[in-house]
Amino acid sequence: MKLHRLAGYGPAFVLVITLLALWELYVHLGQVSPLYLPAPSAIIQALINNWGVIYDNTVQTLLETVLGMGIAILLGLLLAVLLDISGWLRRAIYPLLVVSQTIPIIALAPLLLLWIGYDIRPKLIVVTLYCFFPIAVACADGLASAEPELMNLLGSMRASRWQTLWLVRLPGAMPSFFSGLRIAATYSVTGAIFGEYVGGFKGLGIYMEKATNSFATVLVFAAILVTAVLSLLLFGLVSVIERIALPWYHGTVARS
Amino acid sequence: MDAPKLLVQGVTKIFRTGRQRLDVLASIDLAIAAGEFVSLIGPSGCGKSTLFNIIAGVEQPTSGMIAIDGDAEHVRTGKTGYMPQQPLLLPWRTVEENVMLGLDVRHVPRKKARYEANELLKHFGLAEFAHNYPSTLSGGMRQRVALLRTVLFNRSFLLLDEPFGALDALTRLACQMWLLDLWQEVHSSVLFITHDVREAMLLSDRIYVLSARPARVLRIVDVDLPRPRQPEQLALEQAVQLEQELMSLLLKEQSI
Repeated sequence: MKLHRLAGYGPAFVLVITLLALWELYVHLGQVSPLYLPAPSAIIQALINNWGVIYDNTVQTLLETVLGMGIAILLGLLLAVLLDISGWLRRAIYPLLVVSQTIPIIALAPLLLLWIGYDIRPKLIVVTLYCFFPIAVACADGLASAEPELMNLLGSMRASRWQTLWLVRLPGAMPSFFSGLRIAATYSVTGAIFGEYVGGFKGLGIYMEKATNSFATVLVFAAILVTAVLSLLLFGLVSVIERIALPWYHGTVARS
Repeated sequence: MDAPKLLVQGVTKIFRTGRQRLDVLASIDLAIAAGEFVSLIGPSGCGKSTLFNIIAGVEQPTSGMIAIDGDAEHVRTGKTGYMPQQPLLLPWRTVEENVMLGLDVRHVPRKKARYEANELLKHFGLAEFAHNYPSTLSGGMRQRVALLRTVLFNRSFLLLDEPFGALDALTRLACQMWLLDLWQEVHSSVLFITHDVREAMLLSDRIYVLSARPARVLRIVDVDLPRPRQPEQLALEQAVQLEQELMSLLLKEQSI
């Protein structure tokens, strides 16, 4: 079973290896300056040599990402429930949510620095801004999709509004919530790096900026690699949590 | 003498949307004694389910009086075991937890609720599926689980809306016999909606025949077949005659 699932990643694996090999060949045969484009082997080498520094920065970025995601989850769930409580609130809040996504973060991030400072808070705000929207929208849609007949059933049992939410609507919205969470997870690391890029002391964003400024292209690529791996791991983690949290949604026969 | 389990007098229902007016129920009278099994049959779309929702307290009548156990004053939600057409089992709850749903709504302690659910499952032959998720059950089993959920919430008065309508003939018959056993065990009063004449005859003490919309009671028929009922009894001459009568009555009402 596990082997079978691993085999599913086979095509992606083959494609990635092929692309990397072509890249490596291109750099070596074309005599490309490593200043422009370092070869994959050189990137790995640089990553190993500078692991101590990169690790330090990665921990900082990861901290921002996870905290920001946490806030985004709470905010997203809260907004979804608010949207669900009354049609009036929905009509009032929904447009604002959409507008919040049209704010160019590239313009907002420097302002956040100006208003708040160089500590972790502006990064958390950027991550939250990136991540809460897919969570809130997916979860609100999930809540709204509860069957009216089911609401009648709960009504006939004289269930309170909160009981209906807690016993039926929220659990029913969990698959949608996790879909939103997966999208948010892919945005989150990039969001944190962007927050750092504008100004800060530590983190992969800062590291990349410093590396760019000193023409250490290979280190930029090393940091990009770490970013990609981090995003994949977060995405994977969300999927694992979903499998554990929603066994019924993944075709498990029975609960032991 | 005790008050009847259910007394419905002069209940009408008119839906208005804008200028449109839809008369669904035109003055319905009906009564169910304690422990009686009464069926409502009528052509499809005649407003049976609306009447049902009104009795369960999920909808309110436009006019008329409904009394459960002689009480016409208080809200009716919580006083019936209501089972809509689809089983509406919650996919994230196991069979046992689905059966417990009504007790959760009533804030019965979990341990006690679990115990009662298990007793019921054991008694009615579903114990081995207690920890299964509904997605792994057959259609007939889902309906039976939904029925047990209904019984555990309120065993004194069951409102069953075409519970076996979607099952194949054989499963359906098995479920009907199972329901008769259950009814005799728990001494419920039952109001059963169906558009299947044979089903109504097999199960009921009395049958109300409703007209096409706006629905009124066309006829009330006592079913004089001995208890416990067996499917063979439907082949008795008096039964065949009754079936023909009811069929032709319904056919006149049914439009296609």
